[in-house]
Amino acid sequence: MLIVPCPHCGPRNSSDLRYVGESHSRPDPNTATPEQWRDYLYMEDNPADWLKETWYCRSGCRRYFTLERHTGSNEFRNPPIPGNKKGTKA
Amino acid sequence: MADRSLRSRRNGNGKGPERYSAWGLLRKGLAQENWPRAWREVPLRDTYDAVIIGGGVHGLATAYYLAVNHGITNVAVVDKAYIGSGGSGRNTAIVRSNYLTPEGVAFYDRSLELYNSMASDLNINVMFSERGHLTLAHNDGAVRTMRWRAEVNKLQNIDSSVIGPDEIKKLVPSLDTTSDARYPIMGALYHPPGGIIRHDAVVWGYARAADHYGVEIHQKTEVLDILVEGGSGPDGKGPGGKVTGVRTSKGDISAPIVVNCTAGWASLIASMAGIKLPIHTRPLQAAVTEPVKVFLPAVVVSGSLHVYVSQTDRGELVFGAAVDPFNNYNIAGSLDFTEGLAGHILELMPGVSKMRLLRQWAGLCDMTPDYSPVMGFTPVEGFLCDVGWGTYGFKAGPVSGETMAECIATNQTPKLIAPFALDRFPEGTLVGEKGAASVGH
Repeated sequence: MLIVPCPHCGPRNSSDLRYVGESHSRPDPNTATPEQWRDYLYMEDNPADWLKETWYCRSGCRRYFTLERHTGSNEFRNPPIPGNKKGTKA
Repeated sequence: MADRSLRSRRNGNGKGPERYSAWGLLRKGLAQENWPRAWREVPLRDTYDAVIIGGGVHGLATAYYLAVNHGITNVAVVDKAYIGSGGSGRNTAIVRSNYLTPEGVAFYDRSLELYNSMASDLNINVMFSERGHLTLAHNDGAVRTMRWRAEVNKLQNIDSSVIGPDEIKKLVPSLDTTSDARYPIMGALYHPPGGIIRHDAVVWGYARAADHYGVEIHQKTEVLDILVEGGSGPDGKGPGGKVTGVRTSKGDISAPIVVNCTAGWASLIASMAGIKLPIHTRPLQAAVTEPVKVFLPAVVVSGSLHVYVSQTDRGELVFGAAVDPFNNYNIAGSLDFTEGLAGHILELMPGVSKMRLLRQWAGLCDMTPDYSPVMGFTPVEGFLCDVGWGTYGFKAGPVSGETMAECIATNQTPKLIAPFALDRFPEGTLVGEKGAASVGH
């Protein structure tokens, strides 16, 4: 069971969230070549290491956010704490 | 090439590895003789014609068909653990060919053909049980998909049809086919040639036969790096480069051909050559119950509930689920899985409520966006991939080996795997195999 630290709702069961996937910066649709665009759509780093990834808190705050998780140990790096304005951002 | 049976080739060759037979078993039992090693353990040499990374059914089958069909025997298969330790030994051993896309159907049907003759080709008891395969439909949309699949299958001469609840009840009496079930069974895609097979024997059979033809199998040999020259990347790797060999935990090997058959670890191996793949690694969990008397005569699958069940010859029920919902290289189990699985099984077969789970495990699946593999050449010359096998790798093992071997030997992409090339992603010609396991309907 994976407990995901939502920056707004706090720790929640992963079944409350939807996994969106690896976080990549989106190329500008006006200038990107088809290759760049498809690279963005399909290619993945898929590391067995720390991974920046996007989650969607579908049963809670219904917001998208980025977290950093280790895909081997499932540990979250610098998990955000709700209400902590200064907060440690992932 | 493809039509000639391997058996005739072997007989033409005259010798095989020691024949396994009932008589041999009896003789050895009475004489208390030791069995010879099924494959040799030899020191790693520093040069090969081809190095295959990954000693699973795909890697070993590729090595076997390279040797048998193309006479290329100076080949090493390296695996960081023992052979068959990854997906090949962790799948639920189901084979079938009732896929949805014509490309998929043709491909998996050839695989089923090879599985059918495997016991005699490789002289090993693979215990192939062609018991029929039922994919249940719980709503109108699913029934529609099943009809679609059945019609695609029939056009390619695959025995596949949609049957109603009454026929399902006759085939598998333990299923709850009443209309007030939680997920009522409205119909099923029935595929008589589907069945289960002993997956370890498939791996061992390929290993033994490949070894006999001169292929070297190196277990506990981890690939640390892939040596590439002339690539566009900063370290000389990446597109445009050429493979010169691999660096392993037991020393460097020089080889003009390196094949990546590493399933869940495919992205890590490909990144060593400077190649990015459209793959994310997710574990798929499975479980097995205590053995009971035989009561489940077919393989039962439900796409909507994400379960598949079959009963082994020992009487255990083998359950598989869908892939986990987030990227992970960790094969620990999770409570959600066991809970969800048990719940869904009871919705289908209320009668098994007293059975106990014996153990649970997971295997890593290399999922692609279109549920189809990535096979053949890559932008790095000499670096080939046979990856992206997600939840359907085991049933494709033999045909993947056969076509990858042809790809390596002829330096051309065989027609059967042309749709699965890596460049379908930049070109946008995805395959969209919705007949794959773990695709919900």
